[in-house]
Amino acid sequence: MWYELSQSFVQNTLHVSGALGSSVHFFIYDTIKIWFLLITIIFAVSFMRTWFNTEMVRAYLAGKGEFTGNVLASLFGIITPFCTCSAIPLFLGFLQARIPIGVTFSFLISAPLNNEIAIAMLFGLFGFKIAAIYIAFGLSVAIIGGWIIGKMGVEKYVLLDIPTLSGDLHVSKTEESFQERLREAWKATYDIFKKIYLWVMLGVAVGAWFHGYVPAEFIATYAGGDAWYSVPLAVIIGIPMYASAAGVMPLVEVLTDKGMLLGSALSFMMAVTALSLPEAIILKQVLHVRLIALFFAIIGLGIMALGFIFNMIL
Amino acid sequence: MKIEILGTGCAKCNELEAKVRQAVAQSGKFMQIEKVADLQKIMAYGVMSTPALVIDGEVKSTGKVLSVEEILALF
Repeated sequence: MWYELSQSFVQNTLHVSGALGSSVHFFIYDTIKIWFLLITIIFAVSFMRTWFNTEMVRAYLAGKGEFTGNVLASLFGIITPFCTCSAIPLFLGFLQARIPIGVTFSFLISAPLNNEIAIAMLFGLFGFKIAAIYIAFGLSVAIIGGWIIGKMGVEKYVLLDIPTLSGDLHVSKTEESFQERLREAWKATYDIFKKIYLWVMLGVAVGAWFHGYVPAEFIATYAGGDAWYSVPLAVIIGIPMYASAAGVMPLVEVLTDKGMLLGSALSFMMAVTALSLPEAIILKQVLHVRLIALFFAIIGLGIMALGFIFNMIL
Repeated sequence: MKIEILGTGCAKCNELEAKVRQAVAQSGKFMQIEKVADLQKIMAYGVMSTPALVIDGEVKSTGKVLSVEEILALF
């Protein structure tokens, strides 16, 4: 319905047609649709999150075995709030509670990868199926990657001496009313939306321009191909794009629409969300460069493997 | 009363500090406000998500920026 509405608005009210009309229509339609989905999904996730916090997750994960721990930590990564600036206290806090380092890494991989913005954007742009595939594969990268890191005996690369907590973990529970939770969720949604809405517009604008003016053959030649290097290239380009994940995804939608392979696109999006340079720089305060390099290498390889698999089966 | 704001220098930590200062000013009480950026100290409180608010050595909130009213209710 909204599709026809924005189309008729562009054709009948603005009187533009052809390539320009198609671009303008695409821009209006996509921006509003993505904004709406972002607000809805971020609100739903934020609301759920008022029942979870990292301290609770830690208390729950403490004492869990290696593999179970990896699985649970990855799952918790979906619902717990995470921001790069709290990566260190979180990392140290987990180790403090004697949670194995591999399990800690599972969480650290999963949390930014399965963030609400990425999920909302994927759902809005590519539909439920692709969003579900993204989450499922993101979880496997987090579980397996964390497990491998845990097996490599990297504890010596943690640069800070961490006093382990003695006794039971104390989790302060605050009783909140339904209204308070709603208000908190709304506030979180507002904060996130305020940060990304312009990026979304920018991404959609560039995408709209592509949509109307750049011929499909052009993209198929340069971004599409099933050349072996398209996946690694997508990952390398994705790493520095952390801050603008919301702006990058509309572009990727257009690229896939015009012939870029979905596997390359998914690898690219995972690289954008999971591998971030700011996070690496922050982690460098407490981790040896070798461990950070290993962390990036394992996730990078995992993401690339997924891209190759997808390009083959989809 | 001694108020500590735990945070490693993210934007939200500064936001929380500003709110705390506002709340203290509104309450008219005399309070000592301290920003704690030292990781070891933050860890000692068992806090993982910053910013966190600690009043007289007790962790009152973690991982969010409280509103002035919410902070006032804690005094």
